[in-house]
Amino acid sequence: MGGWTDHLIVAPVLVPLAASAMILLLKERNQKAKRAIGIAATFLLIVISVLLLGNVVAASLEGEPSTRAYLIGNWPSPFGIILVVDWLSALMLVLTSILGFTSLVYALARWDEAGPRFHALFLLQLVGLNGAFLTGDLFNLFVFFEVLLAASYALLLHGSGATRVKAGLHYVSINVATSLLFLIGAALIYGVAGTLDMADLATRIPAIAESDLALFQAGMAVLGIAFLVKAGMWPLGFWLPQTYSAATPPAAALFAILSKVGLYAVLRVFLLLFGTEDSPMPNFGEEWLLYGGMATIAFGTIGVLACRTLSRLAGFSVVISSGTMLAALGSGEGAVLGAVLFYLVSSTLALSAFYLLVELVERQEAGLVAPTGIEPVFDDEYTEAFDAGEEGEVGIVIPATIAILGGGFIFCSLLLAGMPPLSGFIAKFAIIDGLLSLEDRIPVSTWSLIALIIVSGLATLIATTRAGIDLLWTPSDKPQPVLRLAEAVPVGLLLLLCLALMAFAGPVMTYMERTGQSLEHREGYIQSVAGASRAGRADPR
Amino acid sequence: MEIVLSLAIGILTASGVWLILRPRTFQVIVGLSLLSYAVNFFIYAMGRLQVDAPPIVDSIGAADPARFADPLPQALVLTAIVISFAMTALLLVVLLASRGLTGTDHVDSQEPD
Repeated sequence: MGGWTDHLIVAPVLVPLAASAMILLLKERNQKAKRAIGIAATFLLIVISVLLLGNVVAASLEGEPSTRAYLIGNWPSPFGIILVVDWLSALMLVLTSILGFTSLVYALARWDEAGPRFHALFLLQLVGLNGAFLTGDLFNLFVFFEVLLAASYALLLHGSGATRVKAGLHYVSINVATSLLFLIGAALIYGVAGTLDMADLATRIPAIAESDLALFQAGMAVLGIAFLVKAGMWPLGFWLPQTYSAATPPAAALFAILSKVGLYAVLRVFLLLFGTEDSPMPNFGEEWLLYGGMATIAFGTIGVLACRTLSRLAGFSVVISSGTMLAALGSGEGAVLGAVLFYLVSSTLALSAFYLLVELVERQEAGLVAPTGIEPVFDDEYTEAFDAGEEGEVGIVIPATIAILGGGFIFCSLLLAGMPPLSGFIAKFAIIDGLLSLEDRIPVSTWSLIALIIVSGLATLIATTRAGIDLLWTPSDKPQPVLRLAEAVPVGLLLLLCLALMAFAGPVMTYMERTGQSLEHREGYIQSVAGASRAGRADPR
Repeated sequence: MEIVLSLAIGILTASGVWLILRPRTFQVIVGLSLLSYAVNFFIYAMGRLQVDAPPIVDSIGAADPARFADPLPQALVLTAIVISFAMTALLLVVLLASRGLTGTDHVDSQEPD
């Protein structure tokens, strides 16, 4: 390591930022150039994040510390802004870049023309996501949260229409209020501990005076609420299904990882600060996660059974997947952590593919070849996108569309429900196995969590089967929908990745377990960040 | 000084919370703005209150932290102000779009029966 590879850490933030700035300079009608830049940037992101992940693994194989810190502005930690890449961040970066690439390819088929500036916003969303996964500082976490939220507001409203604006109004209001909670939490923590650098914070917690401890805990709790609103925990997640179902499919497919950002923050902050037994408040908030997560699974299960449209079904599946991870985290760390991360990857890929498929299936049901036009809100709005070139650009018509859609749909259902042999099953099995091997005497709460996980899978299966029969099986005299290559490829790619997760479950699981261990051994993270060397002034790079 | 600041934070928060629970979109926006003022004061207060103390350490005086105000919360407040200002502007646009598309300013986009 050395030379340019050190600077690779900042690339996941800089590359999409630069690309989106370039796109903003282009003319609004110059779709081709914008698409080319967008696709190139997201593809480059995949390469960069895989390289970063490879570096982490290689460093660990050589026996070096696998966590790497990057000092922006070359101020020593804890004074400067810091980016950290470790096992968990590298994993999340790879996941984000894959979702970004597939969603953007899907959007090329038609959705990027549904409104102005789609590509720039999409890339800015990736800036926020990557930054949130990389940052080692609570306040910068807030800033990157705001970047990704601001982009997600606009992406949610992309395509306009009354439903989206209504969902957008709720989504923006809720998230602005949540951001204020985030600030209150961060301010309280700063007021008590005097630092916002996460690694520094972890070392300072044992030194907090007894009288200030309650205030600190209050700060962490407020911060936790802000994260859990994003993760969609019951009762903070009622906004989630309706918002996600209102978004355009490529945006929703990227939003599949948005709720995981909240979960990532919980994982990162709470494991780093309260992981060990010798801290003054070991396992802070664990019961809240367990019971909140269980309530979330129950809420999602009922929602899945009750909903009538596929997009809402997908929304409630997001809720179930969040709940499963939160509850499994709350029931205990260690053995479960690796399994939870495996589940995170598998369910995010599956949900993203499901959101893309849902639109294809529902479009076929509605018999619409093109999505309905959009209504202008303001006079100067650019709304001519759909009429231009819709006829001329036919795309490749794939035969046996129904077979592909149906196959993909079954695949997704099995993944979401956690049926063997796909990766969803392996993930759930590993979680349950981890839960059962935690202690000799298994508490009632763990048993009920296992029951809930299994029941939620059953409910998902029932709901998707019912919807599948309705939408795909029943013969219809409507014309065969046209499926474009750009729409089929991303879905296929995501499902192929799920298959790969299943085929290479062994090595992937080893990586996840190693990630879990690195989260447990927080000294490695703290030392790497605190000991990050400054680039010398004699060494201009 | 302390009592004035805490009263200000308390009144702003109370009014803000009351307003964001109101049914009209404009009230929600004003409520969120008031809340963000309250939060900005709160962050500021977390750096401890000091009067007549510069946030910049000069090179002449000995580095005695008691003579200086904590600069970090001021930087945080600046960031928070910018972000909440931008978000309020965006929310206003969404409000106008919602009013234009649905013909009502109710937060649920329809008048209760």
